[in-house]
Amino acid sequence: MSRNIINKANIICIGCPKGCRIVVESENGTISQLSNYSCPRGKEYAREEFINPTRILPTTVRVSNGELPVVSVKTAAPIPKGLLLSSMNEIARIEVKAPVSIGQIIRKDLMGTGVDLIATTTVARK
Amino acid sequence: MINHDLVIIGAGPAGLAAALAAEKNGVKRILLLERDKYLGGILQQCIHNGFGLEYFREELTGPEYAHRFIEKIKKSQVKIKSETMVVNISQDKLVTAMNRSDGILQIQAKAIVLAMGCRERTREAILIPGTRPAGIFTAGSAQRYVNLEGFLPGKKVIILGSGDIGLIMARRMMLEGAEVKAVLEIMPYSSGLLRNQVQCLDDFGIPLRLQHTITRINGLKRVDSVVISRVDQSLQPIPGTEELIDCDTILFSVGLIPENELSTGMGIELDRITGGPIVNELRETVLKGVFACGNVLQVHDLVDYVTEEAEIAGKAVADYLKGMRVKREQVLNLLPGTNVAYIVPQQIAYEQVDRKRVKLFLRVRRPAEDVRIDLIAEGEKTILSYRRSIVTPGEMVTFFLPEAIIGEKTAYIKVSVEKNSREKEG
Ligand SMILES: Cc1cc2nc3c(=O)[nH]c(=O)nc-3n(C[C@H](O)[C@H](O)[C@H](O)COP(=O)(O)OP(=O)(O)OC[C@H]3O[C@@H](n4cnc5c(N)ncnc54)[C@H](O)[C@@H]3O)c2cc1C
Repeated sequence: MSRNIINKANIICIGCPKGCRIVVESENGTISQLSNYSCPRGKEYAREEFINPTRILPTTVRVSNGELPVVSVKTAAPIPKGLLLSSMNEIARIEVKAPVSIGQIIRKDLMGTGVDLIATTTVARK
Repeated sequence: MINHDLVIIGAGPAGLAAALAAEKNGVKRILLLERDKYLGGILQQCIHNGFGLEYFREELTGPEYAHRFIEKIKKSQVKIKSETMVVNISQDKLVTAMNRSDGILQIQAKAIVLAMGCRERTREAILIPGTRPAGIFTAGSAQRYVNLEGFLPGKKVIILGSGDIGLIMARRMMLEGAEVKAVLEIMPYSSGLLRNQVQCLDDFGIPLRLQHTITRINGLKRVDSVVISRVDQSLQPIPGTEELIDCDTILFSVGLIPENELSTGMGIELDRITGGPIVNELRETVLKGVFACGNVLQVHDLVDYVTEEAEIAGKAVADYLKGMRVKREQVLNLLPGTNVAYIVPQQIAYEQVDRKRVKLFLRVRRPAEDVRIDLIAEGEKTILSYRRSIVTPGEMVTFFLPEAIIGEKTAYIKVSVEKNSREKEG
């Protein structure tokens, strides 16, 4: 008989300033119990945050020949939290040529996430 | 000398929204003056997401939020002069400004909107004992270096102050490859949004040291370490709790001050707590026809409220120029009571026929759960209460003053935030 992996995680809810510390108990990666939440939204947040925490990644990309040396960018949708730092390494290697306009796709399908990296501002040519 | 009906000082989100609202309500000959090269104010360097959730019902970054207003301004008749610094405004609304192409400009306005934003406090950086090496920045200037100028001001970072700018910069420096040793907060709680505490610090394992401050800065040419200490209840460092932390950079994020030199120069009275002008419900200062909105009026944590406030001011300019206002017999003063640091607007000064209520903004002094916002009239009579499950100094509280109360001939309404139990809070 294989041993069950039982885990207990604390998730701080960000739904309101109360910041409930929701306890998520799991067995072999599946949630067995959620406790310490005070509203249904918090419960749902903790479930999502436990199964697949995601974040939008806002950062900058180098620009050549632009009015500014960098252009601000973001992932067009949230990406898995675990990919934030490796995405930054990937993004550090990108350089785009001015002009760059807001909404322009800077990198399609960043890190195989299916999410594009897009410009959040406009940078004119020097 | 040039003449304009409305001159707006500052083209951040406040100035932009005020200009658009004024034009929409029929104001002609509007001039917007901005000292920077770009429009959008501080938003251009706030590249993170989290803007516009209330106003646009979607989550934008700072530059994207600014872009929406800049596009509208470009399509409007509003005249813009950027790289133009306003240096003086007289009581009779003569604006003096300077730029490279015009030299010194004199502009006579009929109405003025002050929208100069705020700047960062630096007093704490000056008061800490030790050397004065390179490597000490405000969080806002570090934000500008990283996000607009494209360089990282340091590798091993300590941040003093856990407001939103400090938290956002902790994540930003971390993502760019710096090591953020800790964020220090002198108070027992962070004044930043919980979302930022979780997503900027916890996500990256950056420690938040509550009730800690920097007590010494070391280093000859460049910062090489700091001494941090725990503080007691009166915020004094406790001897014996010192810790030496190795770092090359210190970011100070210890609060913002509304930028009101121009306002005081023209004789406008400031609220001692907000640091901004005292205004009535139209966001009009003690000088008739001079309005204020955005961070110059009160430091905002949400840009959506800045826009809302600016739209009130912009529309009020139209009513002022049309001469359509009816003054109340007696000004209604809104006074901060228990656990209320300030209320904006501070006064209700005009009658308005179609008005149903006036939205008020307040900040509490201390966090509290399960509270009532009590509106108390003369004679200590509570006339209306709102319940809130939680209030914190970091998040502005909004509530309404119904016309029925405004219509009564009271001289003041006191607003208190009380624990929702029988015993009153101390
Ligand atoms: C450093 C810093 C960082 C911030 N980061 C965040 C953040 O990360 N997230 C967030 O939600 N909020 C942030 N804020 C709050 C943010 O400032 C407000 O939400 C909003 O941008 C305020 O708008 P505003 O138009 O009142 O001021 P601003 O955006 O500051 O605009 C004021 C404008 O007035 C111009 N001006 C000032 N004086 C003169 C003069 N004499 N002549 C001509 N022009 C003048 C300035 O150049 C500027 O463009 C930050 C504030 C600061 C100071």
